[in-house]
Amino acid sequence: MKKLQRIFIYTFLSLAAIVSIFPFLWMLVSITNKSVDVTQGRLLPGTHLIENMKTLFATVDIVPALINSAIIAIITTILTLLLASLAGYGFEIHRSRGKDIVFTILLLSMMIPFAAIMVPLYRMFGSISDTAPFIGIDSLGAVILPTATTAFFIFFFRQNTKMFPKDLVEAGRIDGLSEIGVFFRIYMPTMKTTYAAAAIISFMNSWNNYLWPLVILQSPEKRTIPLLISNLGSSYSPDYGVIMSAIVIATLPTALVFFLMQKHFVAGMMGSVKG
Amino acid sequence: MREQSTKKGELDLPVSLRYKETKRQKTGVFFRRKVGWLFVIISIIAISIFNFYPMVQAFLLSFQSGMGANLEYVGFDNWQRLFGDPTFIAALTNTSIYLLIQVPLMIVLALFFSVLLNDPKLKFKGFFRIAIFLPCVTSLVAYSVVFKYLFGIDGIINQFLLNFGFISQTINFLADPFWAKVVIILAITWRWTGYNMIFYLAALQNVDKSIYEAARIDGANSIQQFFQITVPMLKPIILFTSITSTIGTLQIFDEIVNITNGGPGNATISISQYIYNLSFEYTPDFGYASTVSYVIVILVVILSIIQFRVAGEKK
Repeated sequence: MKKLQRIFIYTFLSLAAIVSIFPFLWMLVSITNKSVDVTQGRLLPGTHLIENMKTLFATVDIVPALINSAIIAIITTILTLLLASLAGYGFEIHRSRGKDIVFTILLLSMMIPFAAIMVPLYRMFGSISDTAPFIGIDSLGAVILPTATTAFFIFFFRQNTKMFPKDLVEAGRIDGLSEIGVFFRIYMPTMKTTYAAAAIISFMNSWNNYLWPLVILQSPEKRTIPLLISNLGSSYSPDYGVIMSAIVIATLPTALVFFLMQKHFVAGMMGSVKG
Repeated sequence: MREQSTKKGELDLPVSLRYKETKRQKTGVFFRRKVGWLFVIISIIAISIFNFYPMVQAFLLSFQSGMGANLEYVGFDNWQRLFGDPTFIAALTNTSIYLLIQVPLMIVLALFFSVLLNDPKLKFKGFFRIAIFLPCVTSLVAYSVVFKYLFGIDGIINQFLLNFGFISQTINFLADPFWAKVVIILAITWRWTGYNMIFYLAALQNVDKSIYEAARIDGANSIQQFFQITVPMLKPIILFTSITSTIGTLQIFDEIVNITNGGPGNATISISQYIYNLSFEYTPDFGYASTVSYVIVILVVILSIIQFRVAGEKK
């Protein structure tokens, strides 16, 4: 009975692992094969990798899309970290009844479905397009702004600030640092791991964001990676080897971040619930 | 006596000095409070502009109608239109199906995996954990396109099923109203089960092992242990993950657009996709789109309250 249970557990977990990994293996095999071989279900590595990459870079504007996505993700992440940590610190260290109420109200914004505000946001950015084109429709600025401050990250920083030793704040004040000085000189260096975890989550969210860029970006040269892949995926005569190459390249940054910083990654996820 | 003397000591101070001292302290605290607001003010303004203000705008828009920028108030017309709109009803039905099947399926699977992986005697634990979590590194668009090809008519799933004799002829999964929904549900489950599992695994580590020990001595089998100990212990985190999953699934967009694009017909269209189509694909009707979007808002609020109630009652 015990042995049967063991066998069942290992079979079940192995099956789950195979199902989870198979699409990745298939992606990696597909980028080395010709499109025809992919459709014929070939599951062995081929020799077409370089050819696929050449075709990809020659026929698809993947480099500009990568650059756009990188610019958006990096600026969004920096803004998010700065604003959210300032706010999280303020709400926790400079606690007051008024701020607690405001904090609760801000948390409610986490329940707002994006689809519900996308039309008003689109109209809002449309109305400033003429006066400030760098944050108007079809600008990278407009992609960044609404995503750079979210209540989630404020909540995340506040939760983590609960573990920040308050004596350090007092010590900084006694040493003659201003309130802002305490934040930049003491809080920021102490909370490195929290920043790392938040940076990972923010970068991935931004890198993978689809709906808002789809709404606000129009010209092909402004396209981000998810928009490009979506476009490739809906073509009528797809070149599977090439499309899979694009998908692999797009997934590499986030996969790399995951494997290099697994601990921070999980810490980032957990930070939202603990405390 | 002692108290009196200290009081007396205080009183001995010259009035002017005492006054100065308290005033300085007061301005210090007052100043610190003001500075506190400086830390949070940018975020408050930004969230107000990019979240709350659009919410109000969408509410006002839901009572307006017209093409593009020419909007005028039409009262409750949009809200009445909802009930007679077959596409909206299809979108609402589909989204409900995704929600009712996918979220419980995923949460049960994730719980199951986490309990199995929490067994200290299990071998290859690290491998299983990473393997099941791996789908989370993919972007929603990228994995959707991969799933679309996997389940295509000449896709690898069809070939596998044919070769092993499960089916006698290929199934056009994505062109069949039933199978297309199944593919969507499978895809979302593939992507998010490992994500939820990580939360449960972390929570399980905080559960005192001696509780299980005691249960075993009392003769509880593993299934009883699961329902009597694990589930009640993990209740807060189960609540958290079911609320986030519910909010996520209610808004589902990326997968639908990139796997089936809502088809065949409107068999897989979701509410978010319908809002997008109303605003940017068809002749734009921002007013009606906002009305549809408020349905999601109402659903999110109602479902969150229900989930909190259910979790609270069982206490």
